[in-house]
Amino acid sequence: MLAAAGLPAEQPQEEAPVEVQAEGEGEAKAKAKKEEDVPRKNGLIETDYAKRGTHLDVQINPDQVVRAAEILDSEGMTLEMVTGVDWIKEGQLEVIYDYSYSGGQLFRVVVRARVDRNNPDIPTVCHLYGGANWHERETWEMLGINFVGHPQLEHFLLPEDADFYPLRKDFKP
Amino acid sequence: MSSLAQSQLRETFELNIGPQHPATHGVLRVKVVMDGEYIDRAEPILGYIHRMHEKMGENRTWNQFWPNMGRLDYLSAMAYNHCYAGLMERAMGIEVPERAEYIRVITAELNRIQSHLLGFGAYIMDLGGFTPLMYAMDEREQILDLLESVTGSRLTYCYFRFGGVYNDIDDDFITGTRAFLKRFRPQVPMYHKLVTGNVILMDRLVGIGPLTPEICRKYGATGPVLRGSGINYDIRRNEPYSVYPELDFDIPVYKECDSMARYMVRMDEMLQSCRIIEQALNKLPEGPVMAEKVPKALKPPKGDYHYAVEAARGTFSMRTVSDGTNTSYRMRLRSPTYSNVSLFEEASRGMLLSDALAFLGSLDPVIPEMDR
Amino acid sequence: MNELIRLLAYMLGIAAFLGLNLAYLGWVERKGAGHIQRRTGPKDVGPYGLLQPLADGLKLMSKQLVVPDKADKIIYMSAPVLIMVPAVLLFVAIPFGEHLVPREFSFGLIMMFAFASVAGLSILIGGWGSGNKYSLIAGTRAVSQNIAYEIPMLITAITIVMITGSLDLNEIIRQQGSYIWHWNIFRLDKSILMPVSFLVFFICSVAETNRTPFDMGECEGELVAGYHTEYGGMGFGLYMMAEYANLVIGTSLITILFLGGWQCPLGLLPGPHWFLIKMYFLIWVFVWIRWTFPRTTFWGLLNLSWKYLIPFSLVNLLLTALFIKVF
Repeated sequence: MLAAAGLPAEQPQEEAPVEVQAEGEGEAKAKAKKEEDVPRKNGLIETDYAKRGTHLDVQINPDQVVRAAEILDSEGMTLEMVTGVDWIKEGQLEVIYDYSYSGGQLFRVVVRARVDRNNPDIPTVCHLYGGANWHERETWEMLGINFVGHPQLEHFLLPEDADFYPLRKDFKP
Repeated sequence: MSSLAQSQLRETFELNIGPQHPATHGVLRVKVVMDGEYIDRAEPILGYIHRMHEKMGENRTWNQFWPNMGRLDYLSAMAYNHCYAGLMERAMGIEVPERAEYIRVITAELNRIQSHLLGFGAYIMDLGGFTPLMYAMDEREQILDLLESVTGSRLTYCYFRFGGVYNDIDDDFITGTRAFLKRFRPQVPMYHKLVTGNVILMDRLVGIGPLTPEICRKYGATGPVLRGSGINYDIRRNEPYSVYPELDFDIPVYKECDSMARYMVRMDEMLQSCRIIEQALNKLPEGPVMAEKVPKALKPPKGDYHYAVEAARGTFSMRTVSDGTNTSYRMRLRSPTYSNVSLFEEASRGMLLSDALAFLGSLDPVIPEMDR
Repeated sequence: MNELIRLLAYMLGIAAFLGLNLAYLGWVERKGAGHIQRRTGPKDVGPYGLLQPLADGLKLMSKQLVVPDKADKIIYMSAPVLIMVPAVLLFVAIPFGEHLVPREFSFGLIMMFAFASVAGLSILIGGWGSGNKYSLIAGTRAVSQNIAYEIPMLITAITIVMITGSLDLNEIIRQQGSYIWHWNIFRLDKSILMPVSFLVFFICSVAETNRTPFDMGECEGELVAGYHTEYGGMGFGLYMMAEYANLVIGTSLITILFLGGWQCPLGLLPGPHWFLIKMYFLIWVFVWIRWTFPRTTFWGLLNLSWKYLIPFSLVNLLLTALFIKVF
């Protein structure tokens, strides 16, 4: 169970199957970043497990990603995958981290962070989670998101001389 | 001797365990830097069968993406089918009729047995014993014949649809499955006597490739790899889907954390799958196999969806970002082999080369699902 | 003149025997493997696949002999021949029947072991001459395996020599009486550990002939190479034939030393047919073992020899000496 310290008031928790209390990162989340209308704001995103498949879905700043990973690591969660999404219309790239308890109760946490498309820098979590190494490498390769501090940001699935990011929406084969 | 002189004396050479393997892992290349017989650093290099399924997910409609699901992990295609079906049913709120759910479970478990049989056979062949592979193939042929009579394909299944399955099973299938179970159950103790108790095999598996639960957690390893390290985590129990809550089966967990434990988990899982199939056959209700009002062109509401199933190799999950159109905006496939093999680099440091290869085999990798 | 005719007859006989054996042992192995693995082996070529070796031979002979660029041509070409020669040479000393031996050597046993060691050397030559670093590694592994397993073999053979008092193979057989309980394997009056030393010798033979579970040199799935990877066509064919020839030699040695050679188990009609029966029975056991067991690791292999077989055979040697002295 995540220990709590105050949820941002403007986004109430919907009927979550497990009682959730946000934690220390609540203070960090509470400073909502000013963004345009179309992209999603930072904070708690209402999720319904039966509908979406996750229990807790939060969006945070890119520089808070490591702190979030530390909190979830100390809870004993595992990082299942790192996904990158290209929101070309909003000019942003999103990185989605999927956490779960591998060995205990069912609780899925999704942590998102959005970076600017022209300057996609986000700190890496591979010093905390070794599994993030490959996931981040692939996300960089497919979308061009630069994970600052990653030991080996080289081509992985694509050939070594690929100079394009295939999963970007403006990719022309 | 000074440390500088010592490090100059240590000569390492690079070995390429090439993409072409005599065993059936697939096209995996491992670049190994060796210090004599010990591995200094082993780096798996992927991408030899990368077909970019994730991009295909964006360019195809939801229905057109179905064949891709059979081609990811060709040995465990039913589970992948199940995940995709479950994902869209969760997104659109489609109710699956009960008969379809039971059929899904029966075929998925048959597929699991078949995948574990091949994993077992190919693993022992890796280690030099050629006979168990042939025995495993014999059993597998029966399963493949059964599934072919229902789905039409032997390996890359595309059997499930959103809302059910597309073809009902007939009595031949049911009697065939029961006959298979009756024949298969006594064979597993025979395999144990032939293979597991063999002192040479035990020498090669016991104590090889220890994986602590901590390293499994850090790398996101799931499936028999995790259950061989003592952690009881199976999506069928922890995050139940379909009709698994109504079926009675155990999750084999072994605490020894070595290759033998992972091997034993797979063997026991085969017997548990037999149990599941038997119960499902007994409980199979009559009724339709397809939900009624499934729209031809699916347009799930905007947002993220996530679904996870227990494939033969671990947790297979899909995350899709939908923008309300009839194609997905982003389709992410998280294959269990990807996370399982990612710990090879850290875990194989300092191992002897044959031990490292026995360890890699015990992770039961299937490369097409790793590379997608 | 008589001597010349006799020698020619034996040469032809050995060539025929060897040729048939080498070809058809492959058939036995594949059929045996098939039936152990719940399938039939070769069955299309000829009735029951009996013409399969012919087809294989034709295929191998029709292939182009490619010499790799980095290989040392002379060494590369001569290695398969060097492996085949000792195996064929040794047939001159094997007593198939009491008088059916091409040439009776008074030091027959030593000669057999000497030539068997040459085979080990030629494996290394093959591995080195291929110019492929994996073949070289495999070749060195095979050589160290050969050396490691020769020692218990020799020590056990010395035990037999101590009991018999002669190095002549025919003499060893003659001294084992007619009945099965007189054979060396059951000669408990000479050493209580005799059956176990038979097992030691048997295991060493499996290792010496480089067969599974001790086939590190050949089909190492690990390095995806063996010392005969770079060989195609008849070069490879010669390696395979040499393996079967070594198999025949190894099993006949076991038969001579432990199972009474051409003696009949019940004292009836001794003769070469008993020798062949025992030899083929042992060959069948070798094939059976090959398709049942997985491969050992390399250090497991060496550990078995150095840590278990050698001390045991030394103990057996001392025990036999004790028994002979005392009783």
